[in-house]
Amino acid sequence: MNQAQATPDATLCPLDVESVRKDFPALHQKVNGRPLVYLDSGASSQKPEQVIDAVQAYERRDHANVHRGVHTLSQRATDAFEGAREKVRSFVNARSVREIVFTRGTTEAINLVAQSYGRSRLASSDEVLVTEMEHHANIVPWQLLCGQTGATLKVVPFDDNGELIMARFKELLSSQTRIVALTHVSNTLGTVNPVHQIIRMAHEAGAVVLIDGAQAVPHSAIDLMALDCDFYAFSGHKLYGPTGIGVLYGREALLDAMPPWQGGGDMIKSVRFSGSTYNDLPYKFEAGTPHIAGAIGLGEAVDYVSKLGMDRIAAHVHKLLDYATAQTERVSGMRVFGNAPGKAGILSFELQGIHAHDLGTILDHEGVAIRTGHHCAMPVMEHYAVPATARATFALYNTRAEIDSLFAAIDKAREIFHT
Amino acid sequence: MSDLRDLYQAVIFDHNRSPRNYGELASANRRAEGFNPLCGDHVVVLLQMSDDGVVEDVRFEGRGCAISTASASIMTETVKGLTVKQADQYFDAFHRLALGEDPGDDLELAKLEALSGVREYPSRVKCATLAWHTVRSALHDTGDTATTE
Repeated sequence: MNQAQATPDATLCPLDVESVRKDFPALHQKVNGRPLVYLDSGASSQKPEQVIDAVQAYERRDHANVHRGVHTLSQRATDAFEGAREKVRSFVNARSVREIVFTRGTTEAINLVAQSYGRSRLASSDEVLVTEMEHHANIVPWQLLCGQTGATLKVVPFDDNGELIMARFKELLSSQTRIVALTHVSNTLGTVNPVHQIIRMAHEAGAVVLIDGAQAVPHSAIDLMALDCDFYAFSGHKLYGPTGIGVLYGREALLDAMPPWQGGGDMIKSVRFSGSTYNDLPYKFEAGTPHIAGAIGLGEAVDYVSKLGMDRIAAHVHKLLDYATAQTERVSGMRVFGNAPGKAGILSFELQGIHAHDLGTILDHEGVAIRTGHHCAMPVMEHYAVPATARATFALYNTRAEIDSLFAAIDKAREIFHT
Repeated sequence: MSDLRDLYQAVIFDHNRSPRNYGELASANRRAEGFNPLCGDHVVVLLQMSDDGVVEDVRFEGRGCAISTASASIMTETVKGLTVKQADQYFDAFHRLALGEDPGDDLELAKLEALSGVREYPSRVKCATLAWHTVRSALHDTGDTATTE
């Protein structure tokens, strides 16, 4: 079974949402006079007190540069920073902390692989295979790479249900395919892709695989050793952590053989004008002073969700999605994009006669925050021939009552637009 | 709290449902595209300009929200028959109106006032001004894609 497709387990003790919500200060406010209903965690999630406190404690007491000084604060900062790396390693079950590179986010992680791995290895006869449901962050870095190397970008389409057409994947995968880059969970459609099967097939064809895990990591437990992909990228701010921090997992042998991406301090062993030698993994890919507070916040976020249990979080979100999906059926003129079985807590839709932006404004008036627009996935919009969709995403702190508020606000929008 | 009805006035719904001057214009001699990269809204403005620089006819095409569609529709009604200079004056006045500034009382702005509600919604000002940025590009034949950025 696909590991991200965590089927809700009835034997799990359900999440105590009311108690969880107390941890998130941002949730307890009124927006436009109405209690905030935050359904945009797929774009960026809110942070629990634990994360905010950990970042503050570091900033107030332990801040200094890492890997440099012999003084106490530098040692504290280094311990906290490297401690966070170990927490992340354990969370995604990577073999070694040498495989965990801190980046600014998923986008930077993918760019790193495209530029370091891709640029040093690809030639004009090579191909990079992506899918039609990718976020722009997993399209544009490969377009740039193809422009630089003369390689060709190929695209695996998805069907109207939002599922990859595996027959097309098999046809497009060849000995020319050097890199397969795809999302684990679609940020627009919620589809959980059959990554195990894709990774196995790509490896048989001699390609390496990069998985964009930005939406999958908050969705369910990730086991990188079992997954056996070559690169895996995700962001802190969709996992209840800070912005500006993310992770690139890379198979150690690959990272070791790759040239550095950015040059600077911390990524070197020695610098001479006759030539420099590079630091060990993962530091070779971490030039300059890193986002220390961000990494510490991410480590705390990982602790937070681990304590709650990723399986319980997944079960909770699946129930919310089922509840919301059932409600969509009573709204006439509502079209849902993405109906793949076992999909993640993402509900993209359009309402006949109401553009997503108008809906977003009216919902905001009711205190309901959703994402509207193309979700940085213009090819998905093109697939369905829509300019934009509305997207509600469900997270560990959302409730059924909030979904009721969403649909009440949708009714209000339809009333205003007389649809 | 502002009232949603200030933003979504009846005039907006009317123009959104039945946009005026929508479609192709075979006689067009000026064309410009407008694009809002944040939301993907896209508009094309076509102008038929006379030799002495008067907007003889105008059409628009594209897809957008109610605010941007209504604004484009009202824009076409406004600029028809105007000289480039007059249309520029309307652009400036509308821009001030959308930002909540005083548009002055030199021009007849009655129809455009219907869009003044966007001043309370900073994220929607770009929806209202897209068509105006686009018609300005067409009037001055800059050849660029107009954006609201």
